[in-house]
Amino acid sequence: MKRLLILLICLLPSSVFAGEAKDLAKDPVIEKRMVALAENLRCLVCQNESLASSHAELAEDLRKEVREMIAKGMTDDQITEYLVARYGNFVLYTPPVKSYTLLLWFGPFALFLIGGGALFYQLRKRRSTMQEAELSPEAEQRAAAMLNDDKDNHA
Amino acid sequence: MMRFIWPLVAFLILAAFLYKGLSLNPREVNSPLIDKPAPAFSLPQLHDPAKSFSAEEMKGKVWLLNVWASWCVSCREEHPVLVELSKQNIVPIYGLDYKDNRADGEGWLTRGGDPYTLSVSDMDGRVGIDYGVYGVPETYLIDKQGIIRYKEIGPVTTEKLRDVILPKVAELQAK
Repeated sequence: MKRLLILLICLLPSSVFAGEAKDLAKDPVIEKRMVALAENLRCLVCQNESLASSHAELAEDLRKEVREMIAKGMTDDQITEYLVARYGNFVLYTPPVKSYTLLLWFGPFALFLIGGGALFYQLRKRRSTMQEAELSPEAEQRAAAMLNDDKDNHA
Repeated sequence: MMRFIWPLVAFLILAAFLYKGLSLNPREVNSPLIDKPAPAFSLPQLHDPAKSFSAEEMKGKVWLLNVWASWCVSCREEHPVLVELSKQNIVPIYGLDYKDNRADGEGWLTRGGDPYTLSVSDMDGRVGIDYGVYGVPETYLIDKQGIIRYKEIGPVTTEKLRDVILPKVAELQAK
């Protein structure tokens, strides 16, 4: 426990100073994590762009904010939570599974099942109607005659 | 006949969804801050940077926090409405000058009139981020306990004020 505390104390100031001393955007480790995070977040200003690719000023500010949070040692989940608390689930490109997002998550599968079921039902129905189409002996003779006729014509 | 019913039903359901979609505004994202405490801040006042103002000071009052900026185009549309509202002395309006520089902000208030009891300047936009600001102007209605009760995204119009905001203000003031 004591050793852990000492270790923590040793780690603390260095990471704090590291955050202030240099430009965080130039730290490749932080930048990589920031981009990975921001690619899954929506920019609220230009809604079809991710936070990583948007040129909006707010996106720039938020990227800065994310870099600083990474430097402070916050986890990805904590950072995402921070943004969701301010801008709502709308910032997430993968919204959480909640009662009100069930339709969003499972609606397509439900539609697929309904469509597949309908197709299956229709195909079975068709097969049974085709089997029913048995010919009476007369009709069979006529069909045979017509087929022979056809053969003669081609010969 | 039956075979045409189901595709028709499916079409009608789809059409209903699409029709509803036509009237939704994708720019209006419900704020998760509604019914949550207004984030605390302490910022320098626009006209007197030596003094600061914090949201804490407004405990016990119903007030509007309007996020504006001199560079904001829609604010031009909104500003006269706020000036008119401030003359009626119904509810105090506080301004948050968002990512603006002081001279521009002050110039804007001199030219267009100053509806604000006071404005604070949020130069780096940090407080804006805490409030989830993404499109100026935005207006927050905060109650006596410091809880955000309503957020208007985009310019406040006379109609919005009359039909939505002022009734809510009266309701909160009566509490």
